[in-house]
Formats: sequence, structure tokens, C-alpha cells
Amino acid sequence: MHNVILNVQTQHIEPHLVSILESVSDPEIPVLSIMDMGVVREAIEVDGVIQVKITPTYSGCPAMDVIGDDIVSAFAKANKKAKIKLVLSPAWTTDWITDRGRKALEEYGIAAPLSPEADKEALLGNKKIVKCTNCGSTETHLVSQFGSTACKALFKCDICQEPFDYFKCLK
Amino acid sequence: MTNNSTTDTSSLPLGEMSEGQRGNLYNYILGIADNSLILGQRLGELCGHGPSLETDIAGTNISLDLFGQVRSYFQYAAQISSDNDATEDTIAFLRIERQYRNVLLVEQPNTDFGYTIVRQFLFDAYHLLFLRELEKSNDETLAAIAKKSIKEVSYHWRFSSDWIRRLGDGTEESHERVQEAVTDLWMYTDELFHQTEADQAMIAEGIGVETSKLKEIYYKMISEVLEEATLEVPEGKYFHKGGKQGIHSEYMGYILSDMQYMQRTYPNMEW
Repeated sequence: MHNVILNVQTQHIEPHLVSILESVSDPEIPVLSIMDMGVVREAIEVDGVIQVKITPTYSGCPAMDVIGDDIVSAFAKANKKAKIKLVLSPAWTTDWITDRGRKALEEYGIAAPLSPEADKEALLGNKKIVKCTNCGSTETHLVSQFGSTACKALFKCDICQEPFDYFKCLK
Repeated sequence: MTNNSTTDTSSLPLGEMSEGQRGNLYNYILGIADNSLILGQRLGELCGHGPSLETDIAGTNISLDLFGQVRSYFQYAAQISSDNDATEDTIAFLRIERQYRNVLLVEQPNTDFGYTIVRQFLFDAYHLLFLRELEKSNDETLAAIAKKSIKEVSYHWRFSSDWIRRLGDGTEESHERVQEAVTDLWMYTDELFHQTEADQAMIAEGIGVETSKLKEIYYKMISEVLEEATLEVPEGKYFHKGGKQGIHSEYMGYILSDMQYMQRTYPNMEW
């Protein structure tokens, strides 16, 4: 149980496992597959068992357990056994969200991460760069640095008055 | 806290460590993690009771980050423990008060939002400085947990220091109340830099953080924000200590009775 590796420096996913992993979505953000989220760091088949290594977006992210279970059941449907390990290093960054993932976020109504300073700038009223996912205006303001989940901040648009989530930038 | 996945950790050849070294490492990890555990528990008390929806959510989000970090530390500690039945849950929930190593600061109550945010602010500054050193630890697991946590704690620091500015440089009442909290909680800051025997043993191994080197920058870091917030930097020279040795304030028993209730009442319960 403890004879495991600490670092998974580069993502390594065997091609024949990709489509099954892509079918598993983030339980908090159903439009986003865990592959587009960048949380799958390694998936290899060893002696008929799929070894999957996932990394948490935030340490306390409660979705990780569900993601692990969902991966196991997705492979079970294909009559494959999967084992899940959690890796901490290197730490997840929003840079690992794919372009397709960013697009899916925006369409779902969550502004994609921009820069680590974007929400601070908004709070202090310096630079407005976070775009409203409803009307596209950058006339938005930060309502709360912490939003509906650990990975999101809450914004409100000053033009259309809609509140929306912004995916915090983590680098 | 039960979980079907295991955290990927391995670093020190544990088999090669002497029992004494293992004990020191175990206590060292608890010394780090207990701060986050008890502060997380304190913040969790505000769930549904925050002064506004946004600050309520913020408090519980920070709490969640801290618990996540605690799980990584405790999973590692469970591997090192001389007790083969130790798990992250038994370490979190089944120790007695004297065995918790957290500093007194984190067990102080949520008197009002001023106190809550000042406690957070005083801890976040230390936590951030501490983790920036821990990420250079010879112990790969601790370094990895630190690297992950820094990203989260930077955000906590930003949140708490922004609120200090808002409250300090806010209304007359917010200024007065946040100043009172700063003055009151100041006496718990020095303990952050105290070193236990386990701390010193781990510093000598290149595993632990030499906290005495952080003290000056810590006080500079918080003083800058306090001044910007038009608050006075207390000059008190009397400081409380004891938490790191397991000698806690009266509050600790109440925190634990709340926190341990389920595990004590229904032993081995699982969600």
C-alpha cells in the first residue's frame, strides 16, 4: 500500500486508455472531463490492471474520492480492473486545464482562469480582465475570493448584473 | 476521512531510521498538522454562522484546504507511527488533549469576525513563511505537501490580510474591534517560533524548518499590513506558550469534545 512513487513529473497515459478516462467527468463541473481538467497524471496497464495516478486540484477537494470511484467504475464497464493512487507532486496548476477544457468551462458559465492576480486586481479595482460569461463584458467585480467550491471565486457583472463563477488561477 | 485512494508518498527509507528518529519525525509532523487541524475545526464552527454568506463560504473553504493538508500529513504520520493500527482518522480523532501539539493561537475562539480574521491573519503569515522553507526539506513527502499547500495558503493570506486592511481602515467601529483583537491575540504569536525537542532533531536532519530565522520577517510582514490598515502594532512583551508541549488553554477541551464526539460515541464509524 505504501510502496508508491512520489513524483510523476510528466503526464503519461497509454493511448488505449484515453477514451475511457475522457468519459469520466468532474463531479462538480459535469461538462469537464477529468482529462481536460489535467488531474490524470498517469495511466498504465500492468498485468491486466490499470494503474491510474490522479492529483488533487486543491488538497481538500472532496471530488477526488468521487473521481477515483468513477474511474474504477468506468473501467469496470469495460471489464477492466483499475487501481487509483493520489499524487501530490508536482502540484496541480490551472495551466494543465486543456484548451478544450477552458472552452467547456466558459460555455458552462464559469470564467476560465487568467492570471494569479486577476481576482486581486478586481478586488482593488485596478484592472478589470475577468469577462462575464453571460454578456462578455469585462465590467465585472469580485464578490468573494471563495466561491461555491475551493477552486472558484464569485464575480458579478456590472452590466447584466449576473453573478458568475471564476475558476481561480493556481500556478 | 475514509478514502479509497492512498496518497502517493515515500521518501525516507523508513526501515533505516532508528526508533528515536521515527518518533521525532512523527511528532514533528503532528506539530505541523495539528495547527491546521485545530484552526480548521475553529473555522468549521462558522459554517452556516458566518457574518455574511461570502465570509461564511470563505471560512469553510479555508477550513477545507487546511483539512486536506492535514490528511496528507496524517497519512504520512500513520506510516511512520510505531502503532501499526494508526490511521489518519485515529491520529485526528483519538488522541487525548495533552497529545495535541498545536499552538495556542489556533485554538482561540471566534469571538467576533475581527478576532476570527486576526487569528487567521497572524497564522497565515507564519504558515506561508513556514511552508516556503518546508518545501526545501530533505524529506520529499513533507516537501511535496508544502509545495501543494503554498498555493492554497497564499490565497488564505491574501484573503485575511485584505480583510485586515478593510476592517482596520474601515469604520470607527470596525477599526476599534479589529485593533482590540490584534492587541489581544498578539501574545500568542511568539509561540509560533518556539522549538520542541522533535523540532530541533528534525532541523538537525535538514528535514525541519529553522523557525527562529523566520521570526524577524514574520513581524515585519504583519506590521506592514497593520500599518497600512492604520492599526497599531502592539508592543506587548508578554507571550503565552504551552500548546506545543500539549499544555493547552481551557478552550481546547471543548474543541475536542465537539470534534471527537462521533468517533468516541461510535468507535470505528465510517461515513
